[in-house]
Amino acid sequence: MSTVQPAVLALEDGTVLHGRAFGAAAIVAGECVFNTSMTGYQEILTDPSYFGQIVTMTAVQIGNYGVNAEDAEAAVPKASGFVVRELSPVVSNWRAQLPLGDWLARHGIPGISEVDTRALTKKLRVTGAMKCCLSTLPLSDAEAVARARGCRDMTGSDYVKDTTCAAPFAWRGDAPANHNAQYLPVGTTCGALSAPAKRFRVAAFDLGAKHSIWRKLVNHGFDVQVFPATATHAQVREHAPDAVFLSNGPGDPAALPYIHQTVTALLPDYPIFGICLGHQMLTHALGGTTFKLKFGHRGGNQPVKNLETGKVSITAQNHGFATDPKSLEKTGAVVTEVNLNDGTVEGLRHTRLPIFSVQYHPEAAPGPNDADPLFTDFYRLVETRKAGKI
Amino acid sequence: MPKRSDLKSILIIGAGPIVIGQACEFDYSGTQACKALREEGYRVILVNSNPATIMTDPEFADVTYIEPLTVEILEKIIAKEKPSALLPTLGGQTALNLAMDLNAAGILQKYGVEMIGAKPAAIAKGEDRQLFKEAMLKIGLDVAKSRTVKTIEEARAAAELLGAFPLIIRPSFTLGGAGGGIAYNREEFERICANGLDLSPVHEVLVEECLLGWKEFEMEVMRDHKDQCVVICSIENFDPMGVHTGDSITVAPAMTLTDKEYQAMRDASFAVIREIGVETGGSNIQFAVDPQTGRQVVIEMNPRVSRSSALASKATGFPIAKIAAKLAVGYALDELRNDITRLTPASFEPTIDYVVTKIPRFTFEKFPEADATLTSAMKSVGEAMAIGRTFKESLQKCLRSLETGARGFGGGGKHGGDERPDDNVIRSKLATPNAERIFYIRHAFMAGYTVSQIFDLTKIDPWFLHQLREIWEMEVELKKLSLASIATGLLRRAKQFGFSDAQLAHLLSSDLTAVRAHRKQAGVATTYRLVDTCAAEFEAFTPYYYSSYGDENEILPPTGKRKIMILGGGPNRIGQGIEFDYCCVHASFALRELGLESVMVNSNPETVSTDYDTSDRLYFEPLTLEDVLEIYQQEKCDGAIVQFGGQTPLNLATALKANGVNIIGTSPESIEAAEDRKLFSAILAQTGLKSPEHRTALSEAEALASAATLGYPVLVRPSFVLGGRGMFILYSEDELKAVVRQVFDVMPGKPVLIDKFLEDAIELDVDCIADGEISVIGGMLEHIEYAGVHSGDAAMVMPPHTLSPEMLTAVRAATHALAQALKVVGLMNVQFAIKGGELFVLEVNPRASRTVPFVAKAIGVPLAKLAAKVMAGKKLRELGFTREQTPKHWCVKEAVFPFVRFPGATIALSPEMRSTGEVMGLDDDLGIAFAKAQAAAKPGLPVAGNVFLSVKDADKPRAVELARQLVELGFTLCSTSGTATVLAAAGVPVVRIAKIDEGRPTAVDMIKNGQIQLILNTPGGLVPRKDENKIRQAAYAHNVCLMTTITGAMAAVNGIRALKSHQVGVRPIQSYKGNVTVV
Repeated sequence: MSTVQPAVLALEDGTVLHGRAFGAAAIVAGECVFNTSMTGYQEILTDPSYFGQIVTMTAVQIGNYGVNAEDAEAAVPKASGFVVRELSPVVSNWRAQLPLGDWLARHGIPGISEVDTRALTKKLRVTGAMKCCLSTLPLSDAEAVARARGCRDMTGSDYVKDTTCAAPFAWRGDAPANHNAQYLPVGTTCGALSAPAKRFRVAAFDLGAKHSIWRKLVNHGFDVQVFPATATHAQVREHAPDAVFLSNGPGDPAALPYIHQTVTALLPDYPIFGICLGHQMLTHALGGTTFKLKFGHRGGNQPVKNLETGKVSITAQNHGFATDPKSLEKTGAVVTEVNLNDGTVEGLRHTRLPIFSVQYHPEAAPGPNDADPLFTDFYRLVETRKAGKI
Repeated sequence: MPKRSDLKSILIIGAGPIVIGQACEFDYSGTQACKALREEGYRVILVNSNPATIMTDPEFADVTYIEPLTVEILEKIIAKEKPSALLPTLGGQTALNLAMDLNAAGILQKYGVEMIGAKPAAIAKGEDRQLFKEAMLKIGLDVAKSRTVKTIEEARAAAELLGAFPLIIRPSFTLGGAGGGIAYNREEFERICANGLDLSPVHEVLVEECLLGWKEFEMEVMRDHKDQCVVICSIENFDPMGVHTGDSITVAPAMTLTDKEYQAMRDASFAVIREIGVETGGSNIQFAVDPQTGRQVVIEMNPRVSRSSALASKATGFPIAKIAAKLAVGYALDELRNDITRLTPASFEPTIDYVVTKIPRFTFEKFPEADATLTSAMKSVGEAMAIGRTFKESLQKCLRSLETGARGFGGGGKHGGDERPDDNVIRSKLATPNAERIFYIRHAFMAGYTVSQIFDLTKIDPWFLHQLREIWEMEVELKKLSLASIATGLLRRAKQFGFSDAQLAHLLSSDLTAVRAHRKQAGVATTYRLVDTCAAEFEAFTPYYYSSYGDENEILPPTGKRKIMILGGGPNRIGQGIEFDYCCVHASFALRELGLESVMVNSNPETVSTDYDTSDRLYFEPLTLEDVLEIYQQEKCDGAIVQFGGQTPLNLATALKANGVNIIGTSPESIEAAEDRKLFSAILAQTGLKSPEHRTALSEAEALASAATLGYPVLVRPSFVLGGRGMFILYSEDELKAVVRQVFDVMPGKPVLIDKFLEDAIELDVDCIADGEISVIGGMLEHIEYAGVHSGDAAMVMPPHTLSPEMLTAVRAATHALAQALKVVGLMNVQFAIKGGELFVLEVNPRASRTVPFVAKAIGVPLAKLAAKVMAGKKLRELGFTREQTPKHWCVKEAVFPFVRFPGATIALSPEMRSTGEVMGLDDDLGIAFAKAQAAAKPGLPVAGNVFLSVKDADKPRAVELARQLVELGFTLCSTSGTATVLAAAGVPVVRIAKIDEGRPTAVDMIKNGQIQLILNTPGGLVPRKDENKIRQAAYAHNVCLMTTITGAMAAVNGIRALKSHQVGVRPIQSYKGNVTVV
């Protein structure tokens, strides 16, 4: 057995939890959030939306299946730190390439295990998301609390500049490193996608996008040109896209006026689909507002009802802010979907323009694939638009 | 869409008697369904032949038929009740098959009954192997590859096509898969195929790729009419493919799948339920995954609520059966609330922040001749479930929940000490699945095996094996320490690994009390956490708890009401099953009616008692002193009920009392007095009652000496056991010598009781209730078989059918005297024997008995509930139950046996209980009531055909009379030499047939050919002769009515006569209410 190193997790309210260190030897601070997915820690850790956050999993046995190159949502993990009840000492899966702890260590991310994650989750539920400090280096409790309190607030922070790409690039659908192939277990073709022959060009804003979104767009008939968050509407137009896509990303959606303005400029001219932060960018671009949820929605079991079809989908979610439905009145947009747990807005659609967005993650990864047809909907919308019918 | 208004009444079919593969879980699901549908205002019509169920209590349905589950009876009920719909998916395979038979017979169509939940076409597609396989391939899912072949050449070609060995060969239409096997090489393949082709009556075998050793998973899925699908729970089997999932250790949630793999399995599950066409409700879908490549194969689906869905409900807090019932009448998932969180809808997927482990409970000790290897045919009779924050914690808790003597994975106790089995034993116990395999993994670690070596032998996923290794390493570490030297941090970690105080006491060379005190002092405290469906994302309102060692205790503050703890019965086993859970549930209802708070503790996921709706607070915990005491103290209970959960809580009673627990009702001392021969003799002397002459032996020599003094035959048995474990009737010293060691081994250190056995005595079970002032008899049940058959296995008649009024008066007086002498407060069961006009007391048990639910149904009085109220301080006078009531109709109990699951087991009635369940037959005519009980227990009495008779010498005179009656009833008799000679001599026409070693055709041939409709075969001696047992096995395998006692045969003949002269009617139990004579 390797020697056990202590680790500490301190919350801004003064709570200090002790546990065992794994991953990198480091001190980090950020917003402490919990995710209720029972699988998918690798996708969660590599989701850029977790930038600046320290994630705790409510599921208790973590690391069992290791990590692999196919399931990454970004080249490197993006969350700041990781909190688990129990870290598996071994890896058991035919696709595993590396143990979770080694992989986090390689990327400089500290983790803490043997923490009562249920007690922590209840605290976050009751108090709301809190700033915290996670250290796998020697650090006094007092210092850890001080660092938790000293870290920057999520509200008002632009984290997108830290997660967006540096320059535009074409997402190569056929590049093996991108793992664009849909995951299908050996032996099955159930749920296999076949992309339409005719392909459309989509200008995709990378606000901290998960690779799965690009993969889904490719697999549903789009050629994806990725743009940084700072790209101007003129740069986008220059690419002559058939449609515009707005990705997920971290931080406070209200703190990104430069993106709101770009999107506002593009609204009249392109079919637009937004996911998560992209949905919030559309909200702001249309003149609506967003607010911070007490502890957010992070998990793979969130029921969302489509008000237009009456059907419920189980969705993957990861967001700390939501659209204020009142603010959408008179913007030309209507709420199309709501979360059945708390009634918050999960989707909107413009009544005249070919524009729609969802707060949740139809690309799954991790989480259910139930909302996959939204990518087909986007394709059809572009197709209809191209046919001059909108 | 809200609920359907076009439906008025709904027929629910229960699962019938408890059998292997169908246990209390269907009482749990059926009870939920009844409640859910009545809540919606539907008239619920329930049919179930099992009286020990909560669902058949009169208040759970509008009309309740305790009648045989046969097409003929169901047609009568349907004709009478005219239900608008039939919900077939909540009563297990029994209900599903019966519904399909009703549909095939055109009965549903004839009476305009709509099948809801699943339509016949969907059920057929889900159940038929070929249709299912085609459906799976159609939707792009994979199944095990196979080819049907008719020649050895075709077989070779198939092997070529399927690729690699091993291959499975399954001959078509051979009984129990005879002639099949697994071929690991070409030579073996040729041999098995040749043999299989030969044995198959149609000369056909199926060559199938072998999935042995693959990972196995289950998904519990629900679908509503809007086509909204959710997964309630994923389950990963610890035991890989090859062991029936009911016999596997299983774990929730799935542990070794990435999200991509899990989601692919989820998508596949939805595709399956949609393709098969289960419109609404739950289904269970099983997958196998190749650990090398990830290839995913669909194994099967159950288009109904199953044992796994009961487990999933208990594991997640999501009530699958209740929701399934609501979906069947038109609700959508989003129109229903999650009971636990109240604010969020049922259209979500539970997420859990703990690990659930289920371990099956086996009773191979009851069937020593049977093969104890675990295979694809289920053999376990029960299961325990435990919840822990980690797999290690839940596994160890579950192992101690099993109550097999194991304290956990190691740390002393059965299988957990320092014994070092031989290496060959370890290897074979690892390589061949068996009930103790998990303990041999520990032995393997001790013997120096690595995880990968163990994996090679077992194919158990290395993740699980590493977890076990961590537990073992902790054990090794602890063993180096003492209570004085252990650091608090390590102690806490050991508790978080699930180590019980008993294990710690063993490892730290201390004792239970010291460990407990030390732990409290060190601040290593048990904390209780909620099962909340949502991993703490939302507030939970349902107090459903499990213990762990964490930072927070979630026990809700007290409400100020008096709190009474009810100790459940733990995992089902033969001798302790649903009847005791029934009593515990009634205790809970009674406490609620009295305005008291009930705290239920149990570890059996199949039960109604572990439904979070049943009690005010539910603790899903092992029933050990440590676990129970902790709850009692933390909840600050005012009292505990130990007399309802069978032997499990009784074994804890004295220790609980010593630790300050207020045991309400009959005192533990009285319970002990009834078991202690000396004390009991004193009580008998005091009451002027007799018992068969008896001795107590503490050694084998003493036992032999005592038996010699008493004179044979004797009945020997260990003390403090339920279900007649280790109980024998012995006719000679040789017979006693052969079994005496075994008897002492059942309860090591406890005395063995030896009684003079009363031959041909009538046995009577009496249940009564006493409040410390008066006692009232609930019911008297006369056994059909003579004394010597365990009362759990005996057929019984209520009220007694052969005893004189004077004798019954004596029985009553004796019962009252015993209740008074033992100061019974609550229930008491007495077993009497009557021989030569004399009354003997065989046994007194001042606790709930197995017959309590049966008696309650017979007289329409909720005995268990009354008893719980009495224990809580009420008087029978206040409760209005002061006079014995005897039914004016006949109530017959019959037992159901699992012999068909244990090829080779001795088929005979004995003092050792071996039945798994029971049925009830009700009628105004005794013969019909008996015939109904037989029909319910399957296969039922024939009314024409051939009878095979073969009886022991002592029975021959009575056999002649029986034979004469059978001939009068139109049967043809056949018999082998001895019996045939006696019959012929008496002038009874009989066809003489060959004994098994005398040539062909034999009785076995005739049974196989469907030429025998009834078998009367009474055994001579301790072990029936081999050929006799072959006949009985054939009878079981071919569903031929078999009677193994002469009195049973006489009852059968009376039943047949009644069937030939009376119409069989159906009548709901509600209409029997008040059909009693007050004594």
